Amino acid sequence: MISRRDTIAGYLLLTLAALISLGPLIGVVVLALGEPGRVGIKLDITQATNFGNFADVWEKGDFGPAILTSFIITTTVVVVSVILSVPAGYAFALMDFPGRTAIFALLVLGILMPLEAMIVPLFLDMRRFNLDNNYWSVILPQIGFSVAFGAFWMRAFFVQSARSLMEAAWIDGANSWRTLTRVLMPLARPQMLTLAVLFFVWNWNDFLLPLVMLSGSDLQTAPMALVTFEGARRTDFAYVGAASLITIAPVVIVFILLQRSFTRGILAGSVKE
Amino acid sequence: MSLSSVSVTAGGRPTSSPRKRAPGEPRSIGYLYILPAALIYAAFVFAPFLHSIYLSFFDGNGITRMEFVGLANYVDIATNPTLRSAFFHAFELIVFYSLIPIAIGLLLATALHRSRIRGVAFYRTALFLPYVIAPTAIAVIWRWILAPRGPLNSFLEAVGLGFLARPWLGDFTWALPSVGMVGTWIMFGLVLALLLAGVQKIPNDLYEAARLDGAGPWMEFRAVTLPGLRYELVVALVLTMTAALRNFDIIYVMTSGGPGNATVVPSYLVYQQAFKVAQIGAAAAMGTVLVLVIIAVNLLVARAGRGER
Repeated sequence: MISRRDTIAGYLLLTLAALISLGPLIGVVVLALGEPGRVGIKLDITQATNFGNFADVWEKGDFGPAILTSFIITTTVVVVSVILSVPAGYAFALMDFPGRTAIFALLVLGILMPLEAMIVPLFLDMRRFNLDNNYWSVILPQIGFSVAFGAFWMRAFFVQSARSLMEAAWIDGANSWRTLTRVLMPLARPQMLTLAVLFFVWNWNDFLLPLVMLSGSDLQTAPMALVTFEGARRTDFAYVGAASLITIAPVVIVFILLQRSFTRGILAGSVKE
Repeated sequence: MSLSSVSVTAGGRPTSSPRKRAPGEPRSIGYLYILPAALIYAAFVFAPFLHSIYLSFFDGNGITRMEFVGLANYVDIATNPTLRSAFFHAFELIVFYSLIPIAIGLLLATALHRSRIRGVAFYRTALFLPYVIAPTAIAVIWRWILAPRGPLNSFLEAVGLGFLARPWLGDFTWALPSVGMVGTWIMFGLVLALLLAGVQKIPNDLYEAARLDGAGPWMEFRAVTLPGLRYELVVALVLTMTAALRNFDIIYVMTSGGPGNATVVPSYLVYQQAFKVAQIGAAAAMGTVLVLVIIAVNLLVARAGRGER
Protein backbone atom coordinates (compact mmCIF):
# COMPACT_ATOMS: atom_id res chain seq x y z
CA MET A 1 0.00 0.00 0.00
CA ILE A 2 2.27 2.68 -1.23
CA SER A 3 0.63 5.99 -1.78
CA ARG A 4 1.98 8.55 -4.19
CA ARG A 5 2.09 11.12 -1.47
CA ASP A 6 4.38 8.98 0.64
CA THR A 7 6.67 8.47 -2.27
CA ILE A 8 6.89 12.15 -3.11
CA ALA A 9 7.48 13.04 0.52
CA GLY A 10 10.16 10.36 0.57
CA TYR A 11 11.98 11.84 -2.38
CA LEU A 12 11.78 15.32 -0.86
CA LEU A 13 13.19 14.20 2.48
CA LEU A 14 15.98 12.18 0.92
CA THR A 15 16.87 14.98 -1.46
CA LEU A 16 17.05 17.38 1.44
CA ALA A 17 19.31 14.99 3.34
CA ALA A 18 21.53 14.54 0.28
CA LEU A 19 21.74 18.31 -0.14
CA ILE A 20 22.86 18.73 3.46
CA SER A 21 25.55 16.13 2.86
CA LEU A 22 26.71 17.65 -0.40
CA GLY A 23 26.17 21.34 0.38
CA PRO A 24 29.47 22.09 2.08
CA LEU A 25 31.33 20.18 -0.61
CA ILE A 26 29.62 22.05 -3.43
CA GLY A 27 30.42 25.25 -1.55
CA VAL A 28 34.08 24.30 -1.49
CA VAL A 29 34.12 23.71 -5.23
CA VAL A 30 32.76 27.23 -5.81
CA LEU A 31 35.19 28.58 -3.22
CA ALA A 32 38.16 26.83 -4.79
CA LEU A 33 37.40 28.38 -8.17
CA GLY A 34 37.04 31.87 -6.74
CA GLU A 35 39.51 34.69 -6.93
CA PRO A 36 42.59 33.87 -4.84
CA GLY A 37 43.97 36.17 -2.21
CA ARG A 38 40.68 37.72 -1.21
CA VAL A 39 39.94 37.60 2.46
CA GLY A 40 36.32 38.57 2.14
CA ILE A 41 34.50 35.36 1.42
CA LYS A 42 31.50 35.92 -0.74
CA LEU A 43 30.71 32.83 -2.71
CA ASP A 44 29.99 33.93 -6.24
CA ILE A 45 29.32 31.23 -8.75
CA THR A 46 29.74 33.60 -11.70
CA GLN A 47 33.31 34.30 -10.57
CA ALA A 48 34.11 30.63 -10.09
CA THR A 49 36.37 30.39 -13.09
CA ASN A 50 39.87 30.39 -11.66
CA PHE A 51 40.90 26.90 -12.64
CA GLY A 52 44.49 28.04 -12.31
CA ASN A 53 44.08 27.87 -8.53
CA PHE A 54 44.64 24.14 -8.64
CA ALA A 55 47.92 24.50 -10.49
CA ASP A 56 49.04 27.26 -8.11
CA VAL A 57 48.20 25.20 -5.05
CA TRP A 58 49.78 22.08 -6.53
CA GLU A 59 52.99 24.07 -6.87
CA LYS A 60 52.93 26.13 -3.69
CA GLY A 61 51.74 23.39 -1.37
CA ASP A 62 54.15 20.71 -2.69
CA PHE A 63 51.15 18.56 -3.47
CA GLY A 64 52.91 16.68 -6.27
CA PRO A 65 55.35 14.89 -3.98
CA ALA A 66 52.73 14.57 -1.23
CA ILE A 67 50.20 12.84 -3.48
CA LEU A 68 52.97 10.57 -4.76
CA THR A 69 53.98 9.66 -1.20
CA SER A 70 50.38 8.94 -0.31
CA PHE A 71 50.02 6.75 -3.38
CA ILE A 72 53.18 4.79 -2.65
CA ILE A 73 52.19 4.20 0.96
CA THR A 74 48.51 3.48 0.34
CA THR A 75 48.87 1.14 -2.64
CA THR A 76 51.55 -0.85 -0.83
CA VAL A 77 49.33 -1.17 2.21
CA VAL A 78 46.28 -2.11 0.16
CA VAL A 79 48.03 -4.76 -1.93
CA VAL A 80 49.97 -6.37 0.90
CA SER A 81 47.03 -6.28 3.31
CA VAL A 82 44.62 -7.93 0.89
CA ILE A 83 47.20 -10.59 0.02
CA LEU A 84 47.78 -11.37 3.71
CA SER A 85 44.14 -11.17 4.77
CA VAL A 86 42.83 -13.80 2.35
CA PRO A 87 44.89 -16.78 3.54
CA ALA A 88 44.49 -15.72 7.17
CA GLY A 89 40.71 -15.56 6.86
CA TYR A 90 40.76 -18.88 5.02
CA ALA A 91 42.65 -20.64 7.78
CA PHE A 92 40.54 -19.10 10.55
CA ALA A 93 37.37 -20.14 8.76
CA LEU A 94 38.13 -23.61 7.53
CA MET A 95 41.03 -25.12 9.39
CA ASP A 96 41.44 -26.42 12.84
CA PHE A 97 44.54 -25.85 14.83
CA PRO A 98 45.28 -25.35 18.51
CA GLY A 99 44.92 -21.74 19.63
CA ARG A 100 42.85 -20.73 16.63
CA THR A 101 40.09 -19.07 18.64
CA ALA A 102 42.50 -17.26 20.94
CA ILE A 103 44.65 -15.94 18.09
CA PHE A 104 41.59 -14.83 16.20
CA ALA A 105 40.22 -13.01 19.25
CA LEU A 106 43.50 -11.14 19.72
CA LEU A 107 43.53 -10.17 16.07
CA VAL A 108 39.96 -8.91 16.10
CA LEU A 109 40.78 -6.78 19.12
CA GLY A 110 42.93 -4.77 16.72
CA ILE A 111 39.82 -3.59 14.92
CA LEU A 112 38.70 -1.76 18.01
CA MET A 113 42.06 -0.50 19.18
CA PRO A 114 42.77 3.10 18.31
CA LEU A 115 46.24 4.04 17.14
CA GLU A 116 46.46 6.36 20.14
CA ALA A 117 46.92 3.31 22.35
CA MET A 118 50.23 2.36 20.79
CA ILE A 119 51.53 5.43 19.03
CA VAL A 120 54.05 6.26 21.76
CA PRO A 121 56.05 3.01 21.82
CA LEU A 122 55.58 2.67 18.08
CA PHE A 123 57.37 5.94 17.56
CA LEU A 124 60.09 5.20 20.11
CA ASP A 125 60.78 1.80 18.53
CA MET A 126 60.79 3.12 14.99
CA ARG A 127 63.27 5.76 16.03
CA ARG A 128 65.44 3.21 17.79
CA PHE A 129 65.66 1.13 14.62
CA ASN A 130 66.07 4.25 12.46
CA LEU A 131 62.85 3.50 10.64
CA ASP A 132 61.17 6.79 11.44
CA ASN A 133 60.96 9.33 8.62
CA ASN A 134 60.72 6.44 6.23
CA TYR A 135 57.82 4.98 4.24
CA TRP A 136 57.99 1.76 6.23
CA SER A 137 57.27 3.50 9.52
CA VAL A 138 53.80 4.27 8.15
CA ILE A 139 53.29 1.24 5.93
CA LEU A 140 53.99 -1.49 8.47
CA PRO A 141 51.61 -0.32 11.23
CA GLN A 142 48.94 0.41 8.64
CA ILE A 143 49.24 -3.15 7.36
CA GLY A 144 49.02 -4.40 10.94
CA PHE A 145 45.72 -2.60 11.51
CA SER A 146 44.38 -3.49 8.08
CA VAL A 147 44.94 -7.24 8.35
CA ALA A 148 43.09 -7.28 11.67
CA PHE A 149 39.96 -6.21 9.86
CA GLY A 150 40.85 -8.09 6.69
CA ALA A 151 41.24 -11.47 8.35
CA PHE A 152 37.92 -10.93 10.07
CA TRP A 153 36.19 -9.93 6.87
CA MET A 154 37.55 -12.79 4.76
CA ARG A 155 36.83 -15.31 7.48
CA ALA A 156 33.19 -14.23 7.54
CA PHE A 157 32.98 -14.86 3.80
CA PHE A 158 34.71 -18.24 3.86
CA VAL A 159 32.63 -19.45 6.79
CA GLN A 160 29.43 -18.63 4.97
CA SER A 161 30.08 -19.82 1.52
CA ALA A 162 33.04 -22.06 1.24
CA ARG A 163 32.68 -25.19 3.31
CA SER A 164 30.80 -27.40 0.90
CA LEU A 165 32.78 -26.15 -2.08
CA MET A 166 35.96 -26.83 -0.29
CA GLU A 167 34.87 -30.33 0.60
CA ALA A 168 34.15 -30.96 -3.05
CA ALA A 169 37.61 -29.75 -3.97
CA TRP A 170 39.07 -31.95 -1.27
CA ILE A 171 37.29 -35.00 -2.66
CA ASP A 172 38.80 -34.13 -6.00
CA GLY A 173 42.16 -34.36 -4.31
CA ALA A 174 43.16 -30.70 -4.34
CA ASN A 175 45.39 -29.62 -1.48
CA SER A 176 44.55 -26.61 0.70
CA TRP A 177 46.61 -24.12 -1.31
CA ARG A 178 45.13 -25.16 -4.63
CA THR A 179 41.66 -25.13 -3.12
CA LEU A 180 42.22 -21.56 -2.02
CA THR A 181 43.79 -20.20 -5.17
CA ARG A 182 41.84 -22.15 -7.81
CA VAL A 183 38.43 -22.64 -6.26
CA LEU A 184 37.79 -20.09 -3.55
CA MET A 185 39.63 -16.96 -4.57
CA PRO A 186 37.80 -16.50 -7.86
CA LEU A 187 34.58 -16.58 -5.82
CA ALA A 188 35.90 -14.19 -3.23
CA ARG A 189 36.73 -11.45 -5.71
CA PRO A 190 33.89 -9.10 -4.68
CA GLN A 191 34.88 -9.45 -1.04
CA MET A 192 38.50 -8.77 -1.88
CA LEU A 193 37.52 -5.70 -3.85
CA THR A 194 35.50 -4.39 -0.92
CA LEU A 195 38.51 -4.89 1.32
CA ALA A 196 40.74 -3.05 -1.13
CA VAL A 197 38.37 -0.08 -1.29
CA LEU A 198 38.02 0.13 2.49
CA PHE A 199 41.78 -0.15 2.97
CA PHE A 200 42.38 2.54 0.37
CA VAL A 201 39.97 5.00 1.97
CA TRP A 202 41.13 4.43 5.55
CA ASN A 203 44.81 4.55 4.87
CA TRP A 204 44.72 7.45 2.45
CA ASN A 205 42.84 9.50 5.07
CA ASP A 206 45.02 8.43 7.99
CA PHE A 207 46.67 11.41 9.62
CA LEU A 208 48.01 10.76 13.10
CA LEU A 209 50.43 7.99 12.13
CA PRO A 210 52.19 9.81 9.25
CA LEU A 211 52.13 13.03 11.29
CA VAL A 212 54.09 11.36 14.07
CA MET A 213 56.36 9.19 11.95
CA LEU A 214 57.28 11.56 9.14
CA SER A 215 57.39 14.90 10.89
CA GLY A 216 61.19 14.91 11.07
CA SER A 217 61.60 14.55 7.33
CA ASP A 218 60.66 16.11 4.01
CA LEU A 219 58.19 13.31 3.41
CA GLN A 220 54.57 14.18 3.83
CA THR A 221 51.29 12.57 2.84
CA ALA A 222 48.49 14.46 1.12
CA PRO A 223 46.52 15.14 4.35
CA MET A 224 49.73 16.38 5.99
CA ALA A 225 50.40 18.70 3.03
CA LEU A 226 46.86 20.03 3.32
CA VAL A 227 47.19 20.78 7.02
CA THR A 228 50.58 22.43 6.52
CA PHE A 229 49.24 24.50 3.65
CA GLU A 230 46.17 25.56 5.57
CA GLY A 231 48.29 26.54 8.55
CA ALA A 232 50.45 28.78 6.36
CA ARG A 233 47.62 30.42 4.40
CA ARG A 234 44.70 30.46 6.76
CA THR A 235 42.89 33.36 5.18
CA ASP A 236 43.47 32.62 1.53
CA PHE A 237 40.30 30.61 1.36
CA ALA A 238 40.21 30.00 -2.37
CA TYR A 239 43.59 28.30 -2.21
CA VAL A 240 42.71 26.37 0.92
CA GLY A 241 39.54 25.15 -0.78
CA ALA A 242 41.50 24.02 -3.82
CA ALA A 243 44.00 22.23 -1.58
CA SER A 244 41.17 20.37 0.18
CA LEU A 245 39.79 19.19 -3.14
CA ILE A 246 43.19 17.99 -4.33
CA THR A 247 43.58 15.99 -1.11
CA ILE A 248 40.22 14.29 -1.26
CA ALA A 249 40.03 13.77 -5.04
CA PRO A 250 41.61 10.29 -5.19
CA VAL A 251 39.35 8.91 -2.47
CA VAL A 252 36.24 10.53 -3.94
CA ILE A 253 37.02 9.07 -7.37
CA VAL A 254 37.64 5.60 -6.00
CA PHE A 255 34.53 5.84 -3.87
CA ILE A 256 32.26 6.92 -6.69
CA LEU A 257 33.62 4.29 -9.07
CA LEU A 258 33.37 1.51 -6.51
CA GLN A 259 30.48 2.79 -4.45
CA ARG A 260 28.80 -0.61 -4.31
CA SER A 261 31.84 -2.30 -2.88
CA PHE A 262 32.24 0.33 -0.23
CA THR A 263 28.64 0.39 0.94
CA ARG A 264 28.59 -3.38 0.99
CA GLY A 265 31.48 -3.23 3.42
CA ILE A 266 29.81 -0.72 5.71
CA LEU A 267 26.36 -2.24 5.53
CA ALA A 268 27.64 -5.77 5.89
CA GLY A 269 27.59 -5.74 9.66
CA SER A 270 23.85 -5.36 9.51
CA VAL A 271 23.18 -7.63 6.60
CA LYS A 272 24.59 -10.64 8.36
CA GLU A 273 22.32 -12.79 10.43
CA MET B 1 41.30 3.70 10.94
CA SER B 2 38.94 1.45 12.77
CA LEU B 3 35.65 0.20 11.59
CA SER B 4 33.99 -1.94 13.93
CA SER B 5 30.89 -3.09 12.14
CA VAL B 6 32.61 -6.30 12.66
CA SER B 7 32.62 -6.72 16.36
CA VAL B 8 28.89 -6.96 16.19
CA THR B 9 28.69 -9.93 13.94
CA ALA B 10 31.60 -11.45 15.79
CA GLY B 11 29.55 -11.36 18.93
CA GLY B 12 26.52 -12.87 17.33
CA ARG B 13 28.08 -15.95 15.88
CA PRO B 14 30.21 -18.33 17.87
CA THR B 15 33.47 -18.64 16.04
CA SER B 16 35.02 -21.89 17.14
CA SER B 17 33.27 -25.23 17.45
CA PRO B 18 35.35 -27.49 15.25
CA ARG B 19 32.50 -28.93 13.28
CA LYS B 20 34.37 -31.25 11.04
CA ARG B 21 37.91 -32.21 10.68
CA ALA B 22 39.46 -29.67 8.39
CA PRO B 23 40.20 -31.10 5.00
CA GLY B 24 43.22 -31.04 2.80
CA GLU B 25 46.36 -31.26 4.78
CA PRO B 26 47.63 -31.64 8.30
CA ARG B 27 45.69 -29.03 10.20
CA SER B 28 48.72 -27.30 11.57
CA ILE B 29 49.28 -25.94 8.08
CA GLY B 30 46.76 -23.32 9.23
CA TYR B 31 49.58 -21.64 11.14
CA LEU B 32 51.39 -21.04 7.89
CA TYR B 33 48.38 -19.29 6.38
CA ILE B 34 47.95 -16.90 9.27
CA LEU B 35 51.63 -16.40 10.00
CA PRO B 36 52.42 -13.34 7.84
CA ALA B 37 49.33 -11.40 8.92
CA ALA B 38 49.72 -12.42 12.56
CA LEU B 39 53.41 -11.47 12.64
CA ILE B 40 52.91 -7.97 11.28
CA TYR B 41 49.92 -7.44 13.54
CA ALA B 42 51.83 -8.69 16.57
CA ALA B 43 54.90 -6.59 15.83
CA PHE B 44 53.25 -3.30 14.88
CA VAL B 45 49.94 -3.31 16.72
CA PHE B 46 49.79 -5.71 19.59
CA ALA B 47 53.32 -5.56 21.00
CA PRO B 48 53.32 -1.74 20.98
CA PHE B 49 49.95 -1.84 22.70
CA LEU B 50 51.37 -3.97 25.54
CA HIS B 51 54.50 -1.82 25.59
CA SER B 52 52.30 1.25 25.93
CA ILE B 53 50.55 -0.22 28.96
CA TYR B 54 53.97 -0.90 30.46
CA LEU B 55 55.16 2.66 29.78
CA SER B 56 52.05 4.06 31.44
CA PHE B 57 53.51 3.14 34.83
CA PHE B 58 56.58 5.30 34.28
CA ASP B 59 57.48 8.94 34.17
CA GLY B 60 60.01 10.40 31.76
CA ASN B 61 60.67 11.70 28.30
CA GLY B 62 61.49 8.40 26.62
CA ILE B 63 65.13 9.23 26.02
CA THR B 64 66.71 9.32 29.45
CA ARG B 65 65.92 6.77 32.12
CA MET B 66 62.25 6.35 32.92
CA GLU B 67 61.21 6.39 36.55
CA PHE B 68 58.64 3.93 37.85
CA VAL B 69 55.69 5.80 39.35
CA GLY B 70 53.08 3.08 39.75
CA LEU B 71 49.56 4.28 39.12
CA ALA B 72 50.41 7.98 39.40
CA ASN B 73 49.61 8.70 35.76
CA TYR B 74 46.18 7.13 36.14
CA VAL B 75 45.52 9.01 39.36
CA ASP B 76 46.38 12.17 37.43
CA ILE B 77 43.77 11.39 34.80
CA ALA B 78 41.16 10.92 37.49
CA THR B 79 42.06 14.06 39.45
CA ASN B 80 43.55 16.63 37.08
CA PRO B 81 40.66 18.76 35.82
CA THR B 82 42.08 19.25 32.32
CA LEU B 83 42.78 15.57 31.79
CA ARG B 84 39.45 14.58 33.22
CA SER B 85 37.59 17.14 31.15
CA ALA B 86 38.97 15.52 27.99
CA PHE B 87 36.80 12.49 28.69
CA PHE B 88 33.76 14.62 29.46
CA HIS B 89 34.28 16.37 26.14
CA ALA B 90 34.51 13.02 24.39
CA PHE B 91 31.23 11.95 25.96
CA GLU B 92 29.62 15.22 24.95
CA LEU B 93 30.78 14.56 21.40
CA ILE B 94 28.99 11.20 21.50
CA VAL B 95 25.74 13.17 21.69
CA PHE B 96 26.64 14.89 18.42
CA TYR B 97 28.30 11.97 16.63
CA SER B 98 25.89 9.24 17.72
CA LEU B 99 22.68 10.28 19.35
CA ILE B 100 21.62 13.17 17.11
CA PRO B 101 22.40 11.30 13.85
CA ILE B 102 20.58 8.22 15.12
CA ALA B 103 17.58 10.30 16.15
CA ILE B 104 17.48 11.95 12.73
CA GLY B 105 18.01 8.62 11.03
CA LEU B 106 15.23 6.90 12.96
CA LEU B 107 12.84 9.72 12.25
CA LEU B 108 13.52 9.74 8.52
CA ALA B 109 13.68 5.97 8.19
CA THR B 110 10.30 5.71 9.88
CA ALA B 111 8.85 8.37 7.65
CA LEU B 112 10.28 6.71 4.57
CA HIS B 113 9.58 3.07 5.26
CA ARG B 114 6.53 3.01 3.03
CA SER B 115 7.92 4.85 0.05
CA ARG B 116 9.61 3.10 -2.83
CA ILE B 117 12.66 5.10 -3.68
CA ARG B 118 14.42 4.73 -6.97
CA GLY B 119 17.97 5.88 -7.50
CA VAL B 120 19.07 4.60 -4.12
CA ALA B 121 22.65 4.41 -5.40
CA PHE B 122 22.75 8.16 -5.97
CA TYR B 123 21.37 8.99 -2.55
CA ARG B 124 23.68 6.51 -0.90
CA THR B 125 26.71 8.00 -2.60
CA ALA B 126 25.74 11.48 -1.46
CA LEU B 127 24.95 10.39 2.08
CA PHE B 128 28.16 8.40 2.46
CA LEU B 129 30.46 11.03 1.03
CA PRO B 130 31.15 12.97 4.25
CA TYR B 131 32.14 9.72 5.93
CA VAL B 132 34.58 8.82 3.16
CA ILE B 133 36.44 12.12 2.90
CA ALA B 134 39.60 12.67 4.91
CA PRO B 135 38.73 14.15 8.31
CA THR B 136 41.59 16.60 7.89
CA ALA B 137 39.92 17.99 4.76
CA ILE B 138 36.54 18.11 6.50
CA ALA B 139 38.12 20.05 9.33
CA VAL B 140 39.71 22.51 6.91
CA ILE B 141 36.41 22.96 5.07
CA TRP B 142 34.46 23.57 8.27
CA ARG B 143 37.06 26.00 9.59
CA TRP B 144 36.13 28.07 6.56
CA ILE B 145 32.38 27.65 7.07
CA LEU B 146 32.65 28.59 10.75
CA ALA B 147 35.20 31.39 10.28
CA PRO B 148 34.26 34.78 11.78
CA ARG B 149 33.50 36.09 8.29
CA GLY B 150 32.61 32.70 6.91
CA PRO B 151 29.46 31.51 5.17
CA LEU B 152 27.60 30.51 8.33
CA ASN B 153 27.85 33.97 9.87
CA SER B 154 27.04 35.72 6.58
CA PHE B 155 24.02 33.49 6.23
CA LEU B 156 22.84 34.35 9.73
CA GLU B 157 23.25 38.05 8.99
CA ALA B 158 21.45 37.71 5.67
CA VAL B 159 18.37 36.20 7.29
CA GLY B 160 18.28 38.74 10.09
CA LEU B 161 19.80 36.52 12.76
CA GLY B 162 23.03 38.50 12.87
CA PHE B 163 22.97 38.58 16.66
CA LEU B 164 23.66 34.85 16.59
CA ALA B 165 26.83 35.27 14.54
CA ARG B 166 30.00 34.69 16.47
CA PRO B 167 33.54 33.35 16.06
CA TRP B 168 32.30 29.81 16.57
CA LEU B 169 35.61 28.07 17.12
CA GLY B 170 37.02 30.84 19.30
CA ASP B 171 34.07 30.87 21.67
CA PHE B 172 34.49 28.99 24.95
CA THR B 173 30.86 27.90 25.04
CA TRP B 174 30.35 27.20 21.36
CA ALA B 175 33.64 25.65 20.25
CA LEU B 176 32.84 22.12 21.40
CA PRO B 177 29.26 22.06 20.06
CA SER B 178 30.59 23.47 16.78
CA VAL B 179 33.05 20.61 16.48
CA GLY B 180 30.21 18.30 17.47
CA MET B 181 28.03 19.68 14.69
CA VAL B 182 30.72 18.72 12.21
CA GLY B 183 30.51 15.22 13.65
CA THR B 184 26.77 15.24 13.15
CA TRP B 185 27.28 16.24 9.54
CA ILE B 186 29.81 13.45 8.99
CA MET B 187 27.68 10.76 10.58
CA PHE B 188 24.05 11.47 9.84
CA GLY B 189 24.17 10.34 6.20
CA LEU B 190 25.91 7.11 7.07
CA VAL B 191 23.44 6.36 9.83
CA LEU B 192 20.49 7.27 7.64
CA ALA B 193 21.67 5.01 4.82
CA LEU B 194 22.17 2.17 7.29
CA LEU B 195 18.75 2.55 8.87
CA LEU B 196 17.01 2.95 5.51
CA ALA B 197 18.57 -0.27 4.29
CA GLY B 198 17.36 -1.91 7.48
CA VAL B 199 13.83 -0.56 7.50
CA GLN B 200 13.28 -1.76 3.96
CA LYS B 201 13.97 -5.31 5.09
CA ILE B 202 11.24 -5.29 7.72
CA PRO B 203 8.39 -7.37 6.30
CA ASN B 204 5.32 -5.29 5.54
CA ASP B 205 3.11 -7.89 7.19
CA LEU B 206 4.44 -6.82 10.55
CA TYR B 207 3.18 -3.30 9.98
CA GLU B 208 -0.15 -4.62 8.73
CA ALA B 209 -0.48 -6.80 11.80
CA ALA B 210 0.35 -3.92 14.10
CA ARG B 211 -2.25 -1.78 12.41
CA LEU B 212 -4.88 -4.51 12.69
CA ASP B 213 -4.11 -4.66 16.39
CA GLY B 214 -4.94 -0.98 16.53
CA ALA B 215 -1.41 0.26 17.08
CA GLY B 216 -0.84 3.98 16.60
CA PRO B 217 2.29 5.37 14.97
CA TRP B 218 4.18 5.40 18.26
CA MET B 219 3.31 1.80 19.13
CA GLU B 220 4.11 0.78 15.59
CA PHE B 221 7.53 2.40 15.95
CA ARG B 222 8.19 0.78 19.32
CA ALA B 223 6.88 -2.66 18.44
CA VAL B 224 7.93 -3.06 14.81
CA THR B 225 10.46 -0.51 13.58
CA LEU B 226 12.78 -0.38 16.56
CA PRO B 227 13.15 -4.16 17.06
CA GLY B 228 13.49 -4.60 13.31
CA LEU B 229 16.42 -2.20 13.22
CA ARG B 230 18.28 -3.79 16.09
CA TYR B 231 21.37 -4.83 14.14
CA GLU B 232 21.54 -1.62 12.15
CA LEU B 233 21.35 0.36 15.37
CA VAL B 234 24.14 -1.64 16.92
CA VAL B 235 26.35 -1.06 13.88
CA ALA B 236 25.50 2.65 13.81
CA LEU B 237 26.23 3.02 17.52
CA VAL B 238 29.53 1.19 17.29
CA LEU B 239 30.73 3.17 14.29
CA THR B 240 29.68 6.58 15.53
CA MET B 241 30.67 6.20 19.17
CA THR B 242 34.11 4.93 18.27
CA ALA B 243 34.55 7.89 15.94
CA ALA B 244 33.39 10.31 18.64
CA LEU B 245 35.83 8.88 21.17
CA ARG B 246 38.81 9.14 18.82
CA ASN B 247 38.45 12.25 16.75
CA PHE B 248 42.10 13.33 16.69
CA ASP B 249 42.21 14.83 13.20
CA ILE B 250 39.23 17.13 13.54
CA ILE B 251 40.36 18.56 16.88
CA TYR B 252 43.98 18.92 15.77
CA VAL B 253 43.05 20.92 12.69
CA MET B 254 40.01 22.84 13.90
CA THR B 255 40.84 23.94 17.43
CA SER B 256 44.04 22.30 18.76
CA GLY B 257 42.03 21.77 21.91
CA GLY B 258 41.28 25.47 22.31
CA PRO B 259 40.15 28.02 23.13
CA GLY B 260 41.86 27.32 26.45
CA ASN B 261 41.13 23.66 27.03
CA ALA B 262 37.54 23.89 25.83
CA THR B 263 37.88 21.20 23.17
CA VAL B 264 40.67 18.91 24.39
CA VAL B 265 39.86 15.24 23.90
CA PRO B 266 41.81 12.16 24.99
CA SER B 267 43.37 11.38 21.63
CA TYR B 268 44.58 14.95 21.26
CA LEU B 269 46.12 14.82 24.74
CA VAL B 270 47.95 11.60 23.88
CA TYR B 271 49.60 13.38 20.98
CA GLN B 272 50.28 16.57 22.88
CA GLN B 273 51.75 14.90 25.93
CA ALA B 274 53.91 12.50 23.96
CA PHE B 275 55.16 14.72 21.18
CA LYS B 276 54.88 18.29 22.45
CA VAL B 277 55.79 18.11 26.12
CA ALA B 278 57.51 14.69 26.12
CA GLN B 279 55.58 13.14 28.99
CA ILE B 280 55.71 9.62 27.65
CA GLY B 281 54.15 7.85 30.62
CA ALA B 282 51.24 10.26 30.92
CA ALA B 283 50.50 9.93 27.21
CA ALA B 284 50.62 6.14 27.39
CA ALA B 285 48.24 6.12 30.36
CA MET B 286 45.81 8.37 28.51
CA GLY B 287 45.94 6.05 25.50
CA THR B 288 45.32 3.02 27.70
CA VAL B 289 42.29 4.57 29.37
CA LEU B 290 40.96 5.53 25.95
CA VAL B 291 41.19 1.93 24.75
CA LEU B 292 39.44 0.69 27.85
CA VAL B 293 36.63 3.19 27.35
CA ILE B 294 36.24 2.25 23.70
CA ILE B 295 36.18 -1.47 24.45
CA ALA B 296 33.73 -0.96 27.31
CA VAL B 297 31.40 1.12 25.16
CA ASN B 298 31.48 -1.45 22.36
CA LEU B 299 30.78 -4.33 24.73
CA LEU B 300 27.88 -2.44 26.23
CA VAL B 301 26.37 -1.73 22.84
CA ALA B 302 26.85 -5.30 21.63
CA ARG B 303 25.23 -6.60 24.81
CA ALA B 304 22.31 -4.24 24.59
CA GLY B 305 21.81 -5.30 20.98
CA ARG B 306 21.73 -8.96 21.89
CA GLY B 307 19.73 -8.52 25.07
CA GLU B 308 16.79 -6.81 23.46
CA ARG B 309 13.91 -8.99 22.44
